[in-house]
Amino acid sequence: MKVLVPVKRVVDYNVKVRVKPDKSGVDLNNVKMSVNPFCEIAVEEAVRMKEAGIADEVVAVSVGTKASQEQLRTCLALGADRAVLIETDVEAQPLGIAKALAALQEKEKADIVIFGKQSIDGDNSQTGQMFAALTGMPQGTFASKVSVADGKLEVTREVDGGLQTVSLTLPAVVSTDLRLNEPRYASLPNIMKAKKKPLDVVTPEELGVDMTPTLEVISVEPPPERKGGIKVASVEELVDKLKNEAKVIS
Amino acid sequence: MSILVVADHDNATLIPATRATVAAAQNVGGDVDVLVAGENCRAVAEAAAKLPGVNKVLLADNAAYGHGLAESLALLAAEVAANYSHVMAPHTSMGRNFLPRVAALLDVAQISDIIEVVSEDTFKRPIYAGNAIATVKSNDAKKVVSVRGTAYDPVPEEGGSASIEDLSAVHDAGTSTWVKDDIVASERPELTAARVVISGGRGMQNGENFKLLEGIADKLGAAIGASRAAVDAGFVPNDMQVGQTGKIVAPDLYIAVGISGAIQHLAGMKDSKVIVAINKDEDAPIFQVADYGLVADLFQALPELEERL
Repeated sequence: MKVLVPVKRVVDYNVKVRVKPDKSGVDLNNVKMSVNPFCEIAVEEAVRMKEAGIADEVVAVSVGTKASQEQLRTCLALGADRAVLIETDVEAQPLGIAKALAALQEKEKADIVIFGKQSIDGDNSQTGQMFAALTGMPQGTFASKVSVADGKLEVTREVDGGLQTVSLTLPAVVSTDLRLNEPRYASLPNIMKAKKKPLDVVTPEELGVDMTPTLEVISVEPPPERKGGIKVASVEELVDKLKNEAKVIS
Repeated sequence: MSILVVADHDNATLIPATRATVAAAQNVGGDVDVLVAGENCRAVAEAAAKLPGVNKVLLADNAAYGHGLAESLALLAAEVAANYSHVMAPHTSMGRNFLPRVAALLDVAQISDIIEVVSEDTFKRPIYAGNAIATVKSNDAKKVVSVRGTAYDPVPEEGGSASIEDLSAVHDAGTSTWVKDDIVASERPELTAARVVISGGRGMQNGENFKLLEGIADKLGAAIGASRAAVDAGFVPNDMQVGQTGKIVAPDLYIAVGISGAIQHLAGMKDSKVIVAINKDEDAPIFQVADYGLVADLFQALPELEERL
């Protein structure tokens, strides 16, 4: 089976982002960029499927600027066999990305496509589901366990209040939640090897896809600041304040 | 304008975030209809019909929708959406699962997790784990929008008398089947709906110590949450996680115990009315957002707190 793993280049999760003074967006100059953490979990799951003999090829794909090649090389170092960059300078939005990936899937014909459940920049949680709808595939979103049996994919999903398990026909889409696995670190020899693995570049035009955004960002502002309060000296004082000052307990 | 709100429910009751979504829909303006799709879920449709300001309830009662599988539900919602300018749903695990499929089927963008309706086509939403708020305008013919449940006060449960219209259309995508649910049965309120939430972090040291929170939660009628650090360390399951990648809560009282206050966590609870932090590290960032901070060893403070409540 072939596993396709779409990944996104995002600001590193350790970076404290700042809004630009002109409110046009978030300042990404000279900040560290990484593979979106949920996408990293997706790569790990795909590589484990290969190691378990379920998958025979893992293909990483990203939609974005030339700079995304750096994150694709990381995926290759983590165990992906080859990579594809759908290169665009357009500020890609989920529907456009999903369309580009759906066009690529027509060529790749992957059996399983594993997304991260959301990217930590846009926090949309849309692309995997949109891709699934465009390709007519079933989906197992927010997955904490994935297994293949009898030509079907069984996915345990993290839902409000607990877990739901669904069985999907193949090809199918998965989106990863935190607890699916713990991603490995790339070893130095694997980082060296990754430089020789194939990385193809295609454009949305070559795929026949229009990625023009339909959402317009009017402004980006910092969130309202919450002011700190007071320190209390004891549990007794705390309970007193909550009862008599804040009046949130009786 | 006419707005379709797709209800989140468990075939018996309406999830409160649905009522918050109706409130957001009323801010957009125009007629608000509610779609209830499920199996043996007429009681939910009846509850939706009682919500003040709801014009009409559309009931699709069929085994195909019984477990809320996104593949079939999205086909139904996209078809019904033909008559509406807006499709809205709560940004719950159910809404997050099916709504982007609806948007893709309609060939329009989705605006996720809104916290404010600016106008019929412009909305505010948090990005970068709540470190920035984007104002986004949709240039699509139809707007597909998911709503953060804690951002709007839910409309009351009573006061309306909408009609219920049965939908006969059945869409069964046939690509997914439900296997099982493992829903944790709990006497406690659901995290996102609780008036009081008490959460533990890495400072709890292990899962067993979360029992220290239970007595307090029982006395306050509180839900129990956890930070991502506590979840990552395996102390407690992921569905207890409060934070940008977990649940977003905004209770009247939030008590953070042994939680340092990573941005990730703050994004999930900083809209709480009153925040209490108990931490032995007086420099922990959580104190910067807490109304009442107690620098103390939680293993001494928690038993005392339980006793004094």
